[in-house]
Amino acid sequence: MNYKTFLKMLITLTTIAVLSAFVLSSVYNLTKEPIKKAQEQKQLEAISEVVTNFDNDPFAEKMIITTPDKKDKLEFYPARKDGNINSFAIKTYSNNGFGGRIDLIVGFYIDGAVKSFKLLKHGETPGLGSKADEPKFKNQFDGFNPNRHKFKVKQDGGEIDGITAATITSRAVIDAIQRAVDAYNNFNAGK
Amino acid sequence: MNKTSYENLTRGIIKENPTFVMLLGMCPTLGVTTSAFNGLGMGLATLFVLILSNSAISLIKNFIPPMVRIPSYIVVIAAFVTVIDLLMSAYLPGLHAALGIFIPLIVVNCIILGRAEAFASKNNLWQSILDGIGMGIGFTIGLTSLGIVREILGNGSVFNYPLVGEDATPMLLFIMPPGAFLALAGLIVLFNKLRRA
Repeated sequence: MNYKTFLKMLITLTTIAVLSAFVLSSVYNLTKEPIKKAQEQKQLEAISEVVTNFDNDPFAEKMIITTPDKKDKLEFYPARKDGNINSFAIKTYSNNGFGGRIDLIVGFYIDGAVKSFKLLKHGETPGLGSKADEPKFKNQFDGFNPNRHKFKVKQDGGEIDGITAATITSRAVIDAIQRAVDAYNNFNAGK
Repeated sequence: MNKTSYENLTRGIIKENPTFVMLLGMCPTLGVTTSAFNGLGMGLATLFVLILSNSAISLIKNFIPPMVRIPSYIVVIAAFVTVIDLLMSAYLPGLHAALGIFIPLIVVNCIILGRAEAFASKNNLWQSILDGIGMGIGFTIGLTSLGIVREILGNGSVFNYPLVGEDATPMLLFIMPPGAFLALAGLIVLFNKLRRA
C-alpha cells in the first residue's frame, strides 16, 4: 500500500470519527433536559398509578428513607389530598429477579397496607416473569398488609399466589416490597 | 415505477427475505419474538433504521476508500442509531417506551450492515431507500409471524388477545429460548416450501 492511499484512509476514518463524535455530543446535550423531564414524567405517572388521588407534587416532598440495616436508601413520595397524607409511594428494588435487578414503585395506604405496585425496570422473561405487572398477579396485593399477614408466596408458606412458572420473579417482587415495608417501619419508628 | 425499482422494492419481501431465506439478524429474531407485538415492534424499528442507514451510506459511498469501508459504515450506522435513540427518548417517550429496548439491538443487527455493504454502497439514493423498505418489510413479516406462532403456542394469545381460557396450560417452551429455534425452523421450512411452489 502506498503512502497516498494510507493517508487517504487515515483522513477519511478520522473525519468520520470526529464528525460522529461531534454530532453525538451535540445531540446528547440537546436531549439531556427533555430526557430527564420525560423520565420524571414517567415516574410521576407511575406514582399516580399506585397511590390514591392527590393534589400535591410528590416530587417536591420527596424524602429518603433507609432500611434498618442502613444498607439501602429508598425514595419516599407522600401523596396528599387537602394537605393530609392519605397514601404514599416508595421506590424500591430487588436483586433477586430472574433477569437481575428489578426496580419497582409500590404504593401504600396510610395504615401500611399495599395499594398497588408498578415495575419500572426489569429484565424478566417476556411472557413469564413480565406477567408480574399484570392485574391477575397485582390485584391480590391491594389491601394486603405485609405487617399482619404472611408476606410470602404459597410455595414458601405465605399467602401470595405466585405467577405460574415464574416463582423467582414473584419472590423478587415480594422481596422488593418487603424492603419498602422495612424502610417505612424504620422511618415510622423515628430512626 | 420501472422494473428495477419494483425488483429492488420487492426483493426483500419474498425472494431474499432476511429472516427466512438469508437467515440474517438471527440474534434479534430469536431473542425478541416472544410475542407478536414484540416481533412487530422490532421489525418496524429495524425498517425505520434500515431506510435511514441505507440513505446515509448511499450518499457518502463515493467518499469512502474501499479498504476502510466496513469500519466507516459501522461508525456512521452506530452514530445514527444513537441519535435516533436519544431523539426518540426525548421527544417521543411513548414510542420510545414501546420500541426503545429494540433500538440499541439494531446497531449490531447484521441486516443493516449487510444491506449497506451489498446494496447501498453500490446504488443510488432512491434505489437504496426502496431496498431498505423492502428488506425492512420482509424482516417485519418474518419477526411478526414468528412472534405470532410463539405467542399462540407458548401463551395461548395473539397480540395480547387471549385465545384460550385462564386455566389452560400453553406450551411455555415456545416463549423460552429453545422454542424460538423450534418455531423458526418450522417457519423456515414452511416459507421455503411455499416460495418454491
